[in-house]
Amino acid sequence: MSHSNIYIKDDEIDIVIGALRTDLTAFLNDWRPVFSRFHLIIVKDPDLKEELKIPEGFNVDIYTKSDIDRLVGSSSILFYGYSCRYFGFLVSRNKYIVSVDDDCFPAKDKDGSLVDIVAQHAANLTTPATPFFFNTLYDPYRKGADFVRGYPFSLRSGVQCALSCGLWLNLADYDAPTQALKPEQRNSRYVDAVLTVPARALMPMSGINIAFDRELVGPALFPALRLAGEGKLRWETMEDIWSGMCAKVVCDHLGFGVKSGLPYVWRTERGNAIDSLRKEWEGVKLMEEVVPFFQALRLKRTTVKAEDCVIEVAKEVKEQLGKVDPVFGRAAEAMVDWVRLWRAVGSSSS
Amino acid sequence: MASPSTTPLLKDELDIVIPTIRNLDFLEMWRPFFQPYHLIIVQDGDPSKTIKVPEGFDYELYNRNDINRILGPRSSCISFKDSACRCFGYMVSKKKYIYTIDDDCFVAKNPSGEDINALDQHIKNLLSPSTPFFFNTLYDPYREGADFVRGYPFSLREGVQTAVSHGLWLNIPDYDAPTQLVKPLERNARYVDAVLTIPKGTLFPMCGMNLAFDRELIGPAMYFGLMGDGQPIGRYDDMWAGWCVKVICDHLGLGVKTGLPYIWHSKASNPFVNLKKEYKGIFWQEEIIPFFQSAVLPKECTNVQKCYIELSKQVKAKLSKVDPYFDKLADAMVTWIEAWDELNPAGGSAKLANGSA
Repeated sequence: MSHSNIYIKDDEIDIVIGALRTDLTAFLNDWRPVFSRFHLIIVKDPDLKEELKIPEGFNVDIYTKSDIDRLVGSSSILFYGYSCRYFGFLVSRNKYIVSVDDDCFPAKDKDGSLVDIVAQHAANLTTPATPFFFNTLYDPYRKGADFVRGYPFSLRSGVQCALSCGLWLNLADYDAPTQALKPEQRNSRYVDAVLTVPARALMPMSGINIAFDRELVGPALFPALRLAGEGKLRWETMEDIWSGMCAKVVCDHLGFGVKSGLPYVWRTERGNAIDSLRKEWEGVKLMEEVVPFFQALRLKRTTVKAEDCVIEVAKEVKEQLGKVDPVFGRAAEAMVDWVRLWRAVGSSSS
Repeated sequence: MASPSTTPLLKDELDIVIPTIRNLDFLEMWRPFFQPYHLIIVQDGDPSKTIKVPEGFDYELYNRNDINRILGPRSSCISFKDSACRCFGYMVSKKKYIYTIDDDCFVAKNPSGEDINALDQHIKNLLSPSTPFFFNTLYDPYREGADFVRGYPFSLREGVQTAVSHGLWLNIPDYDAPTQLVKPLERNARYVDAVLTIPKGTLFPMCGMNLAFDRELIGPAMYFGLMGDGQPIGRYDDMWAGWCVKVICDHLGLGVKTGLPYIWHSKASNPFVNLKKEYKGIFWQEEIIPFFQSAVLPKECTNVQKCYIELSKQVKAKLSKVDPYFDKLADAMVTWIEAWDELNPAGGSAKLANGSA
């Protein structure tokens, strides 16, 4: 009734890693049991000077500053730091992308087994999402679950899931003020659930552990909001949060689903929250401005493609938020530029 | 068996409402957690039958004769031969909080093997804020060991008052009849260690088996409708209340949480009997849901009763064409509010700090 296990082939998936550190040996060796079957796209942060260290045995394509410069040419988009991964999204020719930060390692589930994030993200993306009515037993397509009494039958076929947002054990994705206030706090709670984030509900989409259907929403994940003090720690960025809020609006408009929950990754310690507090403050302030904007944002009924949705959102951002802070005006420009790039470089698939 | 915390939370501020037609043996298992609290037993079915309450519990019990006596002609709004009658218990309670549980629900164990004090968790849920305006990916940020994630606006971190805490069930899940028929052996074995706020604007199926709420904040909206004897429908009582409650909570800026605590649901009801009860509901639900999804309450509706009366008008206007039942239901909704207000005169009744009555 509710289980549709569509198996996807390994060659439909790209694993995209933005490398913010040069030595990926430990990272890739730890992920080897999960990643080795798949094609990897590794994009080196253009700010990194040394060569990447990558262990043998992976099917990998590496992209560096020169590739980015050559393909992108002049653009308002900056692919530095965490934004480098988006270049990987651009050049991928596969339907599904899984992307994790390079300071994340495989987690163990409640039974002590290694979490295969690719399998879980794939399951999330290939089973329907249910954004129009909340199922109290969470994802009804998971084994051992179903729709509960009172769930309308007409809504039980669900919609396509375009985005799968995973979570993090150990160092959760807190902002700097939160982590600075609770320096010892680590996330040890394994919540065994996947759920669809309801339509029109806003959420902060963390880029640390995500997967998406590139064909459905590729254009809607972009590097656009760049903080003046953006740095090389997640505490010092907002680009993924911004991109995710736009992506959610686009998904809601186009009738696609966004899931959140499993899989977990194990996120390692990096940086000092208190040091980041100075830079993070800017991001925190900006979020206050954007919430009412996104809550009210409605796209035209005639806009039916993801890339056109992005153009429309960019226009609204420029008009309504541009005067609030120049960073939004620049973000709007970058979004338009991204769609241009996507159409030129990114839109073909194998 | 686990022993309760030293001072039971909200001991004098919470009533436990239990509908029953059989017996209350299940209370023995709950004794360590429930005994400090006052019980309101609503006896459905034959009023001449005596329901034995285990020793040591402080309770009041109402059967159909009591309901008729107390409400007079207004008793027509309280269902007969259906657990929907439990909402009478909400009405007569004088406490701020209500916990309602079915008599086939037992104490569950968490993954560490410890007994779960469901009441304790519900109270924690109700006493901490909800976050309906922005989804927190780490679930309830007020739980120990959790917090708001990066990107969560600081201006929304105070949250809003929690009006409802909706718990879940291990073992027999709350499936509808068709699903029960197709999967008679499925058991819910997955313990999901989360509480979360259902976002504003999103409806959900509210199950009355393991439910707690703030009576002062939302009580008048917890009417469980016309079900059972003489009615064309059953097993939609809690659903109906849940849709009304969610629309009103969204309008008034109150929160609804779902998730922990789990109870152990032991009895699978007969799916063929259920199918007969639910049959019309399955079709009507297709009309009812769009109705609630698009229901808008005017800003003059500043308290629960006003919201509820307004909803009843909209039910009459828009759902009567689906079936004359909704006409009756709309009237019953008004009767319920009249009865509620009579038993809960203003000064003690639910009113939000907007000033005007």
